[in-house]
Amino acid sequence: MDKKLGVYICTGCGIEDSLDIEALKKVGTKEFKAPVCKTHSWLCGAEGVEMIKNDVANEGVNTLSIVACSPRVKYDVFDFGPVLMDRVNIREQVAWVLPAGEEDTQMMAEDNMRMGLIKLNKSQLPEPYQAENLSRNILVVGGGFAGMNAAIGAAQAGYQVMLVEKEPVLGGFMNKMHLRIRPPYKELKSVDLEEQIKKVEAEPNIKILTSATIEKISGGPGMFDVTISQNGSSLSERVGSVVQATGWKPYDAGKLEHLGYGKLPNVITNVQMEEMAKNGKITRPSDGKEVKSILFVQCAGSRDENHLPYCSSVCCLVSLKQATYVREQDPEASIYILYKDMRTPHQSEDFYRKVQKDGAIFIRGEMNSISEDGNKSLSVEASDALLNEAIQLDELDLVVLATGMVPTSIDEAALNLDYRQGPALPVNKYGFPDSNFICFPYETQRTGVYTAGCVRSPMETAICAEDATGAALKTIQAIEATAIGASTFPRSGDLTYPEFMMARCTQCKRCTEECPFGAINEDEKANPLPNPTRCRRCGTCMGACPERIISFKNYSVDMIGSMIKGIEVPDADDEKPRVIALICENDAYPALDMAGINRIPIDPFYRFIPVRCLGSVNLVWIADALAKGIDGVILLGCRKGDDYQCHFIKGSELANTRMEKISETLGRLALEPDRVRVEEISINDYDKLPVILNDFMTRIKELEPNPYKGF
Amino acid sequence: MGDNKSILIVGGGMSGMTSAIEAAEVGYDVVIVEKNPYLGGRVAQLYQYFPKLCPPNCGLEINFKRTKNSSHIQFYTLAEVESISGQEGNYQVTIKTTPRFVNDKCTGCNKCAEVCPVERPNAFNFGMDKTKAAYLPYAMAFPMQYVIDGSVCQGKSCAKCVEACAYQAIDLDMQPQTITLNVGAIVWSAGWNPYDASKLENYGFGQYANVITNVMMERLCADNGPTKGKILRPSDQKEVEKVAFIQCAGSRDENHLAYCSGICCLASLKQSTYVREKNPNAEAFIYFIDIRAQGKLEDFFVKVKGDEKLSLVKSKIALITEDPASKNLILEGEDTQTGERIRETVEMVVLATGMEPSTATVKVPAEVAYDDYGFIVSDQEQKGIYGAGCIKRPADVAGVVQDATGAALRAIQSVVRR
Repeated sequence: MDKKLGVYICTGCGIEDSLDIEALKKVGTKEFKAPVCKTHSWLCGAEGVEMIKNDVANEGVNTLSIVACSPRVKYDVFDFGPVLMDRVNIREQVAWVLPAGEEDTQMMAEDNMRMGLIKLNKSQLPEPYQAENLSRNILVVGGGFAGMNAAIGAAQAGYQVMLVEKEPVLGGFMNKMHLRIRPPYKELKSVDLEEQIKKVEAEPNIKILTSATIEKISGGPGMFDVTISQNGSSLSERVGSVVQATGWKPYDAGKLEHLGYGKLPNVITNVQMEEMAKNGKITRPSDGKEVKSILFVQCAGSRDENHLPYCSSVCCLVSLKQATYVREQDPEASIYILYKDMRTPHQSEDFYRKVQKDGAIFIRGEMNSISEDGNKSLSVEASDALLNEAIQLDELDLVVLATGMVPTSIDEAALNLDYRQGPALPVNKYGFPDSNFICFPYETQRTGVYTAGCVRSPMETAICAEDATGAALKTIQAIEATAIGASTFPRSGDLTYPEFMMARCTQCKRCTEECPFGAINEDEKANPLPNPTRCRRCGTCMGACPERIISFKNYSVDMIGSMIKGIEVPDADDEKPRVIALICENDAYPALDMAGINRIPIDPFYRFIPVRCLGSVNLVWIADALAKGIDGVILLGCRKGDDYQCHFIKGSELANTRMEKISETLGRLALEPDRVRVEEISINDYDKLPVILNDFMTRIKELEPNPYKGF
Repeated sequence: MGDNKSILIVGGGMSGMTSAIEAAEVGYDVVIVEKNPYLGGRVAQLYQYFPKLCPPNCGLEINFKRTKNSSHIQFYTLAEVESISGQEGNYQVTIKTTPRFVNDKCTGCNKCAEVCPVERPNAFNFGMDKTKAAYLPYAMAFPMQYVIDGSVCQGKSCAKCVEACAYQAIDLDMQPQTITLNVGAIVWSAGWNPYDASKLENYGFGQYANVITNVMMERLCADNGPTKGKILRPSDQKEVEKVAFIQCAGSRDENHLAYCSGICCLASLKQSTYVREKNPNAEAFIYFIDIRAQGKLEDFFVKVKGDEKLSLVKSKIALITEDPASKNLILEGEDTQTGERIRETVEMVVLATGMEPSTATVKVPAEVAYDDYGFIVSDQEQKGIYGAGCIKRPADVAGVVQDATGAALRAIQSVVRR
């Protein structure tokens, strides 16, 4: 595409009072030879927009630099279709935060323009990645309650689903369930599993494979090639996306000997209790006698650092349900529930209240010891936190341990992904597939693969059904995005993707190792094999590559490097240091805008460059900046570690690791290591931002000016 | 306007935005109708989320960005649904808008607010400070467009803002509008209201200045709140050193909200970290019945409870009285763990009030099933209109997002069926 540049400078909103507009125009016309360079006092008004539209329609302008407000605002007004466009922020980040009419204010605005114009010069319109033979089908792994709901959800939206279950029948754990507790939580309901299974079987869009497991999944969204093993034979299928609904297993009660399990025959788990209720009578395993007196022990192996430190969320409700089984069998039975905290959230509190009214006795405390008499009846000593003393419960026929849920993902690679970074979804310390679990709980670290139900988090059945429906939507979304070559979350709709100039690759493996989403495989010679449909477009690979061979159409090492080189660096005698701030565009950039909206002054010697993620920052930018006389470089990104906020999971962490290695470069240049700093900043920290910036600037000013100025 | 392939989303908070964006990113046209002048709902008013203690604006910014980038999302602010007729696949909906008096030419330059002579209680900060009658709801508001509060604006007799605005953005003649939409499915995600704490007579909310609610506490701690993030108590703007949180204030109580709101325990644990972070000398007390920290949120409970300046007391506080001289508060009750009588004096009390579905007071103008408490019943057989988020059950952010994503698919299925 032959570019014809149009530069449009807005002078409204205080910009004209702050800046020398004629000088800004000269940056466009003289330095960048823009054939069109216009100003308007109200660029976002109808007349201003019409002026630009007219130039696009009639003057052949196809490369637009809008020098005005932040790109976060007026996005709908400055929309000119398929042209190259860049927004240079001289309002929030210049006119509103720097003193009007001063040389330094002007210099920052001009440098912002230079960087924007270089960015346009180095950008091309995206050409979406068009994979071939795309499939719109969905694979659901696991045919339990979550899997069945996910399958129905997708099927009823018009998608073909393959539902793979490793057991001979569908239904998963529900096959063991006697009755269900569900909204409105007033009474127990039948499980209705047969009905549910019939619904799945009757759905023409669902193909069911039982006694089947996944041997391998290769490829990526839109083009996952799945090998399924069933009854000794194997079959292949191409699908567009995947739901993992492999569920949970009960915590191993064998580890709960201290609660009597395995030693005393009348100590059972809640799972055994459920099976017993389903089979008819609730009796003592030791002698088959009907149960007259029962104790439920909550958090058996849960909320316990020696076992499961987390709470399985549903065990309180399950015990209340099972207490009702006993009550219905024998209205006179003694029912005790020993608990730490009763956890019956939302409307399920109603059921707790019902069981209280039905005469169950609740004891807040923990089991100290358990023993049996000659008759195999049990005695339990518990610490009663409410009476603040030990209490003794004797003549118990049955003790039920409310054991928790362990995700199958803790040790089963149910998907067998043919990924360089491993066959399973990355999991957190408890084995649950990890994600940005507050705001975006469906997102996994493998694009196009979503989890549903208790494999992601313990949850009751009603919530599980909704959860699975949501997961089905996410798989559909991945398919539709892939079909048009667009990225999924969080850069939804982005049509660029990383392109590799393989001739210069040195097989260093950094890109394949560091991609947070496992998007890049490797061949036997360690050449990267990119899977563009797996890519989330964060640019971490681009930041990792020492050979600078990875680039996007509108984001590249060369582009940012050239922008840095375009900054004017005053002589050391001018006492105007220059510091580059590479800032995360999701959080740090809006924080800077907020400083502008609140008119909080910012140091004028900074030059801010937004990046897709700190993970995309390539060390060469820092080396080039310092080699050209820039006095310091600061990286502002999101929180890393266990409570990471990085939307690309590992980006800010990787940036930190890389910066630790920068000292080598600095040493080679004989520069102080203090010239580079990484700071964590959140989107709300607009008041802390100036403090961080001033603090770094103070340090920079303490150092001698960078001796490379003028080279 | 609209067509019967599009989806109406009522409420632009966390659940509504989620349903809208998730459906739009599949390729369906959605229309959001939001009562407030901005999107983001109640999470926009939170200082931090548990358990990461991270700012809600971070996730909101991503969702705003997704909204801006999607050609399938249309939204109305200051708008409410007036009526619904028709059936699944073909609903006629009328929307009524309240005039904003500022049109979309607004550039966010703040000149109108600078010249506006009238002040109003800041609803975003629960009235704990004031804004001008011409105001931006909050610094990160989306859309970034000012609003004029018609209930206090002096109108054309003043019109200073009209003069000050260089961009013809102010229109004091703006009238309420009625808009008719044709949609195929509806997601009702109008969210929740904090339970009215003044109904809790023993606790003195509204009577004693230093008894506040958990939602007010979020604003009091927020950097962009009325006290710029300093926890200054309302009576004398003194930095607090001793704060009590009362759990289940009106919750799990058949005289008030019989159910559990599921999030208040974690919210108070979180807010106790605000108290401790902002003033290392401060002490916090949490009076609770059960601490409900489900799933891996248990880790957060364990972490917070390790703070030696936080006391967790199992007790239902019976009475709060005020010391008229100091405006301190005296809490009385029984420690159900030790059996001892409690009498504790603190400088500020935070009532952990629960969530009431907006449908407890304003019903959907169509046939929809509710439970005893006014929550929309999530009956999968009910087609065409779907509840999403806290309108179905009290939930935390992740729970709301899960639910709203599911609701988006149910709405899509409705459209596909036709």
